[in-house]
Amino acid sequence: MNHAIKRVWVALTVLFVICLGGLSYIQFFDAESLSENALNKRELYREFDLPRGAILVDGKPIAESVPTDDGQFEFQRVYNDAETYAHLTGYYSLANGTTQLESQLNDWLTGTSSDLLFDRLSAMFTGTRSEGASVELTIDGQLQKTAFEAIPEGLKATIIVTNPKTGDILAMASKPSYNTNRLAVHSTAKAAENLKEISDIDGLSPYRNPAISSLITPGSSFKIISTVAALESGKFDMDTPIDNPVSKNYPHTNKPLNNFSEGICARDTRAKLEFIFAQSCNTPFIEISQTVGKDAFTEVAERFGYGQQLNIPQNVVPSEFPSAEASEAQMAQMAIGEWENKATPLQMNMVAMAIANDGVIMKPNLIDKVIAPDLRVIEDPKPEKFSTATTPEVAEQLTELMEGPVLRGTAMNARVPGVDFRAKTGTSQRPSVDGVRMVNSWMTGFAPADDPQVAITVNIQDVDYDTGHNTVGALMKTMLEAVFNK
Amino acid sequence: MTEVQTAPVPRRNLELLLVLLALCVGGAAFYLVGSSTEDVDNTDFYVQMSILAGLSLTVHVLLRIFAKYADPVILPITIALNSLGLAMIHRIDLAKGTSQSARQLLWTAIAIVIASVVLWAIKDHRILRRFTYIALLASIVLLLLPLIPGLGVTINGARIWIRMGMFSLQPGELAKITLSIFFAGYLSSNRDLILMAGRKLGPLQLPRLRDMAPMVIAWLLSIGVLVVQRDLGSAILFFGLFIVMIYVATARISWVLIGALMVVAGGVVAGLTMGHVTRRLDVWLNAFDPEIYQATGGSMQIVEGLFGMADGGLFGTGLGAGSPYRVPLANSDMIIASFGEEIGLIGVSAIILLYMLLISRGLRAALGSADTFGKLLAAGLSFTLGLQCIVIIGGVTRLIPLTGLATPFMAAGGSSLLANWIIISLLLLISHNSRRPKTGGVGPTDEFASASTTLTSSTKAVTKK
Repeated sequence: MNHAIKRVWVALTVLFVICLGGLSYIQFFDAESLSENALNKRELYREFDLPRGAILVDGKPIAESVPTDDGQFEFQRVYNDAETYAHLTGYYSLANGTTQLESQLNDWLTGTSSDLLFDRLSAMFTGTRSEGASVELTIDGQLQKTAFEAIPEGLKATIIVTNPKTGDILAMASKPSYNTNRLAVHSTAKAAENLKEISDIDGLSPYRNPAISSLITPGSSFKIISTVAALESGKFDMDTPIDNPVSKNYPHTNKPLNNFSEGICARDTRAKLEFIFAQSCNTPFIEISQTVGKDAFTEVAERFGYGQQLNIPQNVVPSEFPSAEASEAQMAQMAIGEWENKATPLQMNMVAMAIANDGVIMKPNLIDKVIAPDLRVIEDPKPEKFSTATTPEVAEQLTELMEGPVLRGTAMNARVPGVDFRAKTGTSQRPSVDGVRMVNSWMTGFAPADDPQVAITVNIQDVDYDTGHNTVGALMKTMLEAVFNK
Repeated sequence: MTEVQTAPVPRRNLELLLVLLALCVGGAAFYLVGSSTEDVDNTDFYVQMSILAGLSLTVHVLLRIFAKYADPVILPITIALNSLGLAMIHRIDLAKGTSQSARQLLWTAIAIVIASVVLWAIKDHRILRRFTYIALLASIVLLLLPLIPGLGVTINGARIWIRMGMFSLQPGELAKITLSIFFAGYLSSNRDLILMAGRKLGPLQLPRLRDMAPMVIAWLLSIGVLVVQRDLGSAILFFGLFIVMIYVATARISWVLIGALMVVAGGVVAGLTMGHVTRRLDVWLNAFDPEIYQATGGSMQIVEGLFGMADGGLFGTGLGAGSPYRVPLANSDMIIASFGEEIGLIGVSAIILLYMLLISRGLRAALGSADTFGKLLAAGLSFTLGLQCIVIIGGVTRLIPLTGLATPFMAAGGSSLLANWIIISLLLLISHNSRRPKTGGVGPTDEFASASTTLTSSTKAVTKK
């Protein structure tokens, strides 16, 4: 019997040793790959127990970490004016992930950025808790608030205000919006439920900022670029008379392109650029697109930012000008901002920024400065050139042309007395809904003409023509009044 | 086969020293888990450690009176494990705002008091042999209790609990003791018949069916009830106990082989036909599949435990400095993972060595025991402890599917604590009897097993029947 007992002992010992082997494998040999497993949220959990830096606008936090005793984590991320800033801040959530600025600025906000190495080390030695840095945005709180509140509920609209001389983004607001606090709740079940509710709202994705990721046909607002292409080609100048028939077939097709029916294009069947631009006539751009040619046209679009990578610091979806596979007819359509010509609202704002700043686009940027926990400024981005879109001369000519729509054309409804505003409108076709013609409405411009302080873009998606045209004008007017205190 | 003889020295002072050392280890752990939290209230620490120290020293004094030749290492290891468990439960409490540790301490007190009563009332383990069939009856009753409507409750899919007032008990935990007593009693009386009678089939000696009948019935009953109650862990435990005790009694490896075959066959049948077993296997094999991770009752628990242990690494995050509370059941089923995270591979290896040492001492008592019954009982009880550890640690480390067995002495849970403390008091008694000077006094059942007398005495026991 004792022999058997000893064997039982040996067997148990062997099994225990196997268990020790299992533990060694997990805790030593396999530890690293377990830490890196996609399901492993421990790093994130640790973050949630640390004070995360704030996102500031005018020195006031729009996102901050507030101590909580919900028993799960030590801090709760809280968003102030959540809906106004939702598309900028995004949210910091355990269950729903981290988006927009919360995601892009994570290294700074958590303090893991290499710029904060010294702070981390000193926190380790002094035993204090390491804190993340705060990030001040270039956003003007008052403008942002005005923009957000001006957009009527129920519309899918975006307003962008930038400083064309520095690239600073002063306002970037979109509706529909949502309350980011609802997605940042710690309870996974609650967060999932809220995410579902928010995702069900028409025209809203909590993962996307429409200003930088919605690709929308720009319509006639793209004619700024087409006109630049025309002038740069040397085949057109301000005085060249161009054919302006009421209707003209697209090259090699029987499909007619009509002139803008609401305006007075039909008055002149041959016109100079000034008239064409102010009244947003379409038919001359068939000739322009054919004369300029595919390659030159594409190059101009790319100089304005089409197809380019841009981070503000969020990644801006590159706008599309798919000329490679386009026929002549399709090139003509793209010249008036239709077919597969698709731009983000920020892209169209960059077009205005280029004209406002003598043809040079300053890189759009949201970060004013990064402030360490000890109030030291650790990052202070300087204005950066994004690209030279055109020459100062052509920019000057466009500035001149863009006066027309405001004085006597399609942008009259945005006019503010005493503000020398220059702009171009756009209306692109959408499929009809219940027999009503739907459009995307645009207006992009800058003011004042002699020393541009702001470039402003307003876009409304999927709206009937009248509402779109009127609201875009009204919104632009509101923003101009807010900027120039009129 | 030679008897292991130890010089009859009480060694109670060594035990006292080791008990104090164990209390220091447990106390230090208890203090540390609280210290990393700011403005911690140390009242818990003083109160709980004083109570635990008082209880431990009481058992020590009782051993001086009733079993002064008992193994001096068993009690200190048990106290070390129990107090470490309390510390970790307290640590999880601090993180979650619960108060499980007070409850665990209350159960520790109840368990130690009952274990002391067992020490005092039994004094000589051989008395238990008289209760062989009563123990079988008791096992059946204990296993059936949770099935009684109104009394039994289902928790986490297993109907193994009964609720009495504010306490819930797992009677199955106590059944491992009564079943061990029955197996030990029955086998010590009948082992010769089982050994000698029966036909030989090749290298295997098959016993006569009627000799095996009570064993098989006991086994079928326990397994049957467990299938109904859906408690896989206990089924494995009882089955292992059954096989090992027959093996120890007969020293025939064929039993282990038959047992292993039955495990494989049973496992395959259960895996194919029983939903919850299939699920367990699926969760085990595909633990890192995101779908299984997220499913309710999926692999989230074990995977989080693995992540925690990986976080701990070699040295651990330090007590109170990790986040073991992220793992579901961090203070019961997954307590080994909690330790793995906070005291690292090195610390958790030390805990496993404590278990190995404890079980070695138990088997040592079995080796030294002069009577067959004591040998079988000590071996069975020690094996039960060992197998529990292996099944749960193997489950937590994903070597085998995770089953809800309690980590002895450490996991939160009163029934298991109570049962394991009773096992300790029985092991202490058996070790006392095996180590004390042989005065020629005859035990209550008048049956001895030594190398030379095994055969005759056992035969005598049989003829006496």
